[in-house]
Amino acid sequence: MFRWIVTRDLMLAWRRRADVLSTLFFFVIVVSLFPLGIGPETQLLRSIAPGVVWVAALLASMLSLGRVFSNDYFDGTLEQMLLTPQPLYLVVLGKVLAQWLVSEVPLVLIAPLIGVQFGLTSDTLLTLFISLLLGTPILSLIGSIGAALTLGLRGGGVLIAILILPLYIPVLIFGAGAVDASIIGADPLPNIYLLAAFLVLSMVFAPWATSAALRISLE
Amino acid sequence: MRGDRLLFSDVNFSLLPGTLLQVSGPNGSGKTSLLRIICGLLEPASGEVRWQGENIRSLNEEYSRAISYLGHRNGIKEELTPLENLRISSGLAGAPVTENACDALEQVDLKNQKDLPARFLSEGQKRRSALARLITGNASLWILDEVLASLDAAAMVLVRSLIEGHLRKGGIAVVATHQELNLTAGSFQRLELGAPGTAVANGAVPVGLPSS
Repeated sequence: MFRWIVTRDLMLAWRRRADVLSTLFFFVIVVSLFPLGIGPETQLLRSIAPGVVWVAALLASMLSLGRVFSNDYFDGTLEQMLLTPQPLYLVVLGKVLAQWLVSEVPLVLIAPLIGVQFGLTSDTLLTLFISLLLGTPILSLIGSIGAALTLGLRGGGVLIAILILPLYIPVLIFGAGAVDASIIGADPLPNIYLLAAFLVLSMVFAPWATSAALRISLE
Repeated sequence: MRGDRLLFSDVNFSLLPGTLLQVSGPNGSGKTSLLRIICGLLEPASGEVRWQGENIRSLNEEYSRAISYLGHRNGIKEELTPLENLRISSGLAGAPVTENACDALEQVDLKNQKDLPARFLSEGQKRRSALARLITGNASLWILDEVLASLDAAAMVLVRSLIEGHLRKGGIAVVATHQELNLTAGSFQRLELGAPGTAVANGAVPVGLPSS
């Protein structure tokens, strides 16, 4: 049944490709604006790269989060899912997984390519890739709590950002920290391990919190 | 209770297999809220809903398997075709359909539109597409909110015959509607909710009871 949720959301995303592409373009453009604005100062670009890429990833994930539950909420399919004979925890996990695959994975894949603009070495690009690979699912998981809480509210998009961006800070610090460490030649692994620990924690707790928020929003 | 308003109190009924409960009352009297309470989507301020003698809160998934809810919103995706909608909703319900999906769509007269994305369908056709879900599912309790809204005469006849067939098989239906259903099968109960704030109702909730 878990498979049905993921398939369904992937199918829907395919029918609405434009939404997905807009998130990816947003990420690419925001990141590319910095080298264009600052000019060819390799040293400066290299030192701001981790922060810029990571902040752009956070903002891009905000764009797609609003859609995770709201479309299903307005056409009544969400309440139908609540009434299906399976734990809501799995429904949430399935939807978040689909959102991550659709909106975040393309961004993770393209990040090393964009990183070249900042003059990063191949080791650093690899670290960037791994840190995003571990960090973006955390963004989706934590973000789903905000998406569930703001369901059906007017101006929910801004509210999600206010609620969720502060919770993203640890991910930003350790994600960008890993890349920073790799740039100055230090060992990025401690930061990577911390991200992995965060991922496990948020996989356990976030769907549970999201389920509770969904029940409240649908009352 | 909705917000801080009391919609109704002292609502008490029990339904045996083969019974239709028609919930009626003026706008705002709490028909939809009552139906959502029966589904378990809404928590009653006090009291409980029982299924086969057990509180639905403790039954959880087992109860979800027994009910089929059709609310104001159709619960179909506009991007998907009626056939895909049906496949997915039955897959999520744990009983994937195969060949009977087309039969169900034929019954609701959507055979020619089965491969058309639902956003191209009219309101009534979307409603029919949602009705197909009732046919393929094998829930014993149907909870239908304003089921006749935006349906044409032929579709109303269809809904009536669907409910009649369901009752004959020993199913239970709870229907909120302003129109009379005038069914010939099953037994009939009516629950009249008062105007908002007056909060009176008699009759007999749980829904309940073993249909096997």
